[in-house]
Amino acid sequence: MEFPEELKYTEEHEWVMIEEDLAVVGITDFAQDALGDVVFVELPEVGTAVEAGKAFGVVESVKAVSDVYAPLTGTIEEVNDDLIDAPEIINTSPYEDGWMVKIRMAEASDADELMDAEAYQALIAEES
Amino acid sequence: MQKTPLNQIHRDLGARMVDFGGWDMPVQYAGVIEEHLAVRQSAGLFDVSHMGEIQVTGANALAYIQWLTVNDAAKLVDGQVQYSAFCYPEGGVVDDVTLYRFSDTRFMFCVNAANIDKDFAWMQQVLADSSIPEVTLVNRSKEFAQIALQGPKAEKILACLTDLPLANLAYYHFCEGEVDAVQMIVSRTGYTGEDGFELYLPAADAGTIWQKLMAAGQPHGLQPIGLGARDTLRLEKGYALYGHELSREITPLEAGLAWITKLDKNDFVGKAALVAQKADGVPRRRVGLIMLERGIPREGYPVFQGDIEVGVVTSGTMSPSLKVGIALALVAPEAAAAGTELEIAVRNNRMKAKVARPPFVE
Repeated sequence: MEFPEELKYTEEHEWVMIEEDLAVVGITDFAQDALGDVVFVELPEVGTAVEAGKAFGVVESVKAVSDVYAPLTGTIEEVNDDLIDAPEIINTSPYEDGWMVKIRMAEASDADELMDAEAYQALIAEES
Repeated sequence: MQKTPLNQIHRDLGARMVDFGGWDMPVQYAGVIEEHLAVRQSAGLFDVSHMGEIQVTGANALAYIQWLTVNDAAKLVDGQVQYSAFCYPEGGVVDDVTLYRFSDTRFMFCVNAANIDKDFAWMQQVLADSSIPEVTLVNRSKEFAQIALQGPKAEKILACLTDLPLANLAYYHFCEGEVDAVQMIVSRTGYTGEDGFELYLPAADAGTIWQKLMAAGQPHGLQPIGLGARDTLRLEKGYALYGHELSREITPLEAGLAWITKLDKNDFVGKAALVAQKADGVPRRRVGLIMLERGIPREGYPVFQGDIEVGVVTSGTMSPSLKVGIALALVAPEAAAAGTELEIAVRNNRMKAKVARPPFVE
């Protein structure tokens, strides 16, 4: 299982890549593995306001429904429409092709609160 | 947590294990979709050792079973299997079961894992209250392991390990004999809608037989299958699952099991209530639903016809074969006709679905 060093992570198993005042968000390798085959993704519309810690989307595997939480407060700038027809991309490429949304951050400094790869790995070691 | 004799084999295969009604069971190995398609296209091997086996013997075994169950056990011949159910006097379901007839004085029920203790207690109570003499009940669940081999290649694979005349063994029939020198019950039954077998064998031999079947099946694409795919496979065929489509609060008439509920046979536990329900009109019907919009129906989601809530989803999933959401639901009779357009509240979004008669997949 991989946890790229350059990403930030949340307790809800999202990853975040900061690109200036944009945050690219997806779910981690750990999350996709735990879910199993992803068969449905629901994403917000561009322009939707999202709040840190609140659900902004849904990922469903064959068996389970999981909310996806906004790691940061801001506005949806872009969504990955490829996931609508091919949600399994989240399984095969969770950190790259499987990105879900880009959030324009209200406060870029909020990103400092997120976990680094080492802290996230310690968290999932505890959970599993 | 209870473990089957194959627990370590599942762990060695890298299965994801879950607590299933108090049993530590594999939910998936390679992944639900891959496993599901393997069963539809070639074959899959399931550990169903958690299921229970309760033996009924004695001079009055058949008379007792006729009183206990909703189906007509008198129709069975030796070596035949029947799908049936136990009901409460109020008409709700204690469990759905398969009944095996070895002779007119020896039968066996295969019952759901989570219901073994409840069923055995119920069977003892029904026997005591009936004052039918010369019937002996034995819960043999711990003696037996159960392995299901399912899929179009099942017969070819099993034939590698046995001389039993499998080609002559018809659906819902069984025989006793040796598979790889282990004496067992070989039953042409299953819960996937595919051809296949359920093997009842001594718990001590389960590991060896599992490994031999896996080896024999390897050239045919045999894969180990977890509970996740077991559920999607049965849902595509519209089979009921106790605790979802069946419960103490749901009668077999509501659950789409009128075909096994023989109201014209002699009296049985629950008959009066079921006859009355049929006369009054069955208040809700189990139906199949196919999503007309993107979205996956899940257990508990309400079902609407216009503004009126007409029912609830009892099981739902994304169908791996159809790649569309499918569900079983209990709905008002007015909403139950095939082709009726209904709406399912998927996380507060109303999504269109159509009533369809299962199986969803032929």
